[in-house]
Amino acid sequence: MKTFKDGGIHPPEMKQLSKDSKLERIELPKQLIFPVSQHIGAPAKAIVSVGDEVLKGQVIAEANGFVSVPIHASTSGKVVTIEPRTTVLGKICDHIVIESDGQDKWSEENKRSREWKDLGKDKIKSFIKDAGIVGMGGAAFPTHVKLSPPDDRPIDTLILNGIECEPYLTCDYRLMMEKTKGVIEGLRIIMKVLGVERAIIGVEANKQDAFEAMRDACWADDGISAELLKVKYPQGAEKQLIEALIGREVPPGKLPLDVGVVVQNVGTAYAVYEAVTQSKPLIERAVTVTGDGISKPANLIVPIGTPISDLLQRQGVNPKTKKLILGGPMMGIAVPTPEFPVTKGTSGILALMKIPNYMPGPCIRCGKCVSVCPLRGMAAEMVAAIEAGQVEKYEHLHVLDCVECGTCTFACPSHRTLVHYVKQAKAEYQAWKAEQQNKK
Amino acid sequence: MADALFENKLIVGPSPHVGTCDSVSRIMWSVVIALVPAFFVAALNFGLYAVAVALVSIITAVIVEAAVQKFRGVPITVSDGSAVVTGLLLAFTLPPDVPLYIPVIGSAFAIGIAKHAFGGLGCNIWNPALAGRAFLLAAYSSNIVMTKWPILGTPFTGNVAIDAVTKATPLAVLKTAPLAFFKSYSLMELFLGRIAGSMGEMSALVLIIGGLFLIFKGYINWRLPLGFILTVAVLTVLLPVRDSHGEFIVLWRHLDTVGFNQIIGISLAQVLSGGLMLGAFFMATDMVTSPLSGRGQLIFGIGCGVLTAIIRLYGGYPEGVCYSILIMNTAVWLIDKHTVPRFFGARK
Repeated sequence: MKTFKDGGIHPPEMKQLSKDSKLERIELPKQLIFPVSQHIGAPAKAIVSVGDEVLKGQVIAEANGFVSVPIHASTSGKVVTIEPRTTVLGKICDHIVIESDGQDKWSEENKRSREWKDLGKDKIKSFIKDAGIVGMGGAAFPTHVKLSPPDDRPIDTLILNGIECEPYLTCDYRLMMEKTKGVIEGLRIIMKVLGVERAIIGVEANKQDAFEAMRDACWADDGISAELLKVKYPQGAEKQLIEALIGREVPPGKLPLDVGVVVQNVGTAYAVYEAVTQSKPLIERAVTVTGDGISKPANLIVPIGTPISDLLQRQGVNPKTKKLILGGPMMGIAVPTPEFPVTKGTSGILALMKIPNYMPGPCIRCGKCVSVCPLRGMAAEMVAAIEAGQVEKYEHLHVLDCVECGTCTFACPSHRTLVHYVKQAKAEYQAWKAEQQNKK
Repeated sequence: MADALFENKLIVGPSPHVGTCDSVSRIMWSVVIALVPAFFVAALNFGLYAVAVALVSIITAVIVEAAVQKFRGVPITVSDGSAVVTGLLLAFTLPPDVPLYIPVIGSAFAIGIAKHAFGGLGCNIWNPALAGRAFLLAAYSSNIVMTKWPILGTPFTGNVAIDAVTKATPLAVLKTAPLAFFKSYSLMELFLGRIAGSMGEMSALVLIIGGLFLIFKGYINWRLPLGFILTVAVLTVLLPVRDSHGEFIVLWRHLDTVGFNQIIGISLAQVLSGGLMLGAFFMATDMVTSPLSGRGQLIFGIGCGVLTAIIRLYGGYPEGVCYSILIMNTAVWLIDKHTVPRFFGARK
């Protein structure tokens, strides 16, 4: 079985909590919150005003530039507030709050079904863009941008990412099990847009049944193959997955398209399928609600904008929960309140009661961080330089190329928050670089 | 409403939110556990006095660590076991019948100077226990406290014949007359630990068992001890040694006269004698004072092996493990600088 070559760890998988719970559509929330920035790139621009009645699927904020996507109302109702609030990532941007009218009435535009095979590439891409689709594995990068590689970068391989290497999360697994055909159809659509002949579906060995489902659904497609990979974190990271499957290394500072590859998450493929064949914008997504603080762990289909607190109450949250995490435990963000909404990039909600109580100690130079780094980075030396404020060393030490997967920090016996250092150092480096340029 | 969901304030902190169950103290106490068999062998061979030497060394290390940390105004971390490891390792490098002030001074130097003067755990350049031993060797060599090895009494009685050093030590024989080695010693004695020497280096067998335990736990990298030991084994055969007339010969060139079995025997004797096993598995592998990457650790191990072989064969001391590791400790920054792994996707 294939896997990426260097480094990697095996955190407890914890997927058994929710893996057998089928995707379930939740009841309509009373209130939905839409930050205009829930993707990488320029925030969308609100085009509704307080008091407006909106329909399900209606654009409420439009894309503001190429690397940007529109945001759609996920149910019908009335805009009650538009105000700047802080997002999970600490950005301040407009939040559109919609009170549901309980009708869940679709807008007229979203009632068409389409035969995609008759459509041209650009047409399909414009549907994907208009549907507001972003990478649903967590990064939330606008999909139409990823599907528009420059002409001098020929793409020969599309990789469908069904790895879901974050512990606890099972929503991609459920999508592969239950929406197999849609996911594969989405994959075919993306292949057409990119004009590639070859697509590989990567699934880890802890999801054998999902692998079989995917393999059986694509057996008739000449260009598509499914590959079962050895379980290892962070295999779902683009660079690691590409190396694991086809042995190409994406150089530092470069993108998968520089080695002729585009990687798409299974959730994104499914969203593409729905957008192109049913003209359904990205207004809902699969979310895993789990953790030892949740009495009924589940995989839910959730309208974008649903407050997390609704989901926690629905699945029964223990009031003694200590940490609430959006995303997985390796890269997810711990939030101080459950008032944040589910956004396009929210793959999971974790309520954890038992959290390690670590006291960071000094680095004992054990080299564990170095041996587990999937990018072969020298985490110990990076952090030594960061602690010493040696900004000029960051580039050489590849501090800026760190993907922040958290592997080093997981493995550190001194429980040092290595990734956190790196994240801060990146910001520090940008400031330093700007200063250097000003001097010139 | 939403706030009523939770009794206490939610904890926020940077990702990842899960981590290894390993810890510095678990690593250190595992090293202690790995050293216990060797400790028993020492007690068996040298009796209660050796136990007293070890305990004095450990207790001094712990007390000095706590005192220095209190003085420095940093948290007192003696429970992490690192001072215990230093104390125990230092005791293991001492003759079992040293006066008890020797481990006190050695441990105090190891912890107070070699470790904390450089900033404490993680910051020291030299392995504290070996620095302590080197200090003692320099300070007490004239009155032979540090260079006199008792021959063994019978097991359990601890009947150490203090003044009865009648036999040259294995390493002395290997240096001056390797071809006569098997007239006085057998490999089995070296392997099981029935030969005079410092406390912890007695039995290669138990040290290997302890070392394998640490490799199995992932606390030490196999490349380092293997590189160290193999280098010593190979160089013993490749470098000129003295023949029975005191002339230098290269053993493998005299395969016909010396004999294959004798050459391998001498090579194995070098490997099993002195502090090599203790040094290779427990001292050179000290995380703080060895390189970060696997490749660096291999180079470090080989470097230790080269220096050990040279000191053993041609140096002023019979044993070179201690100094070879200390010298290589000094070169760690250089090794680290030149063994940076090729970053993912970077040009070769």
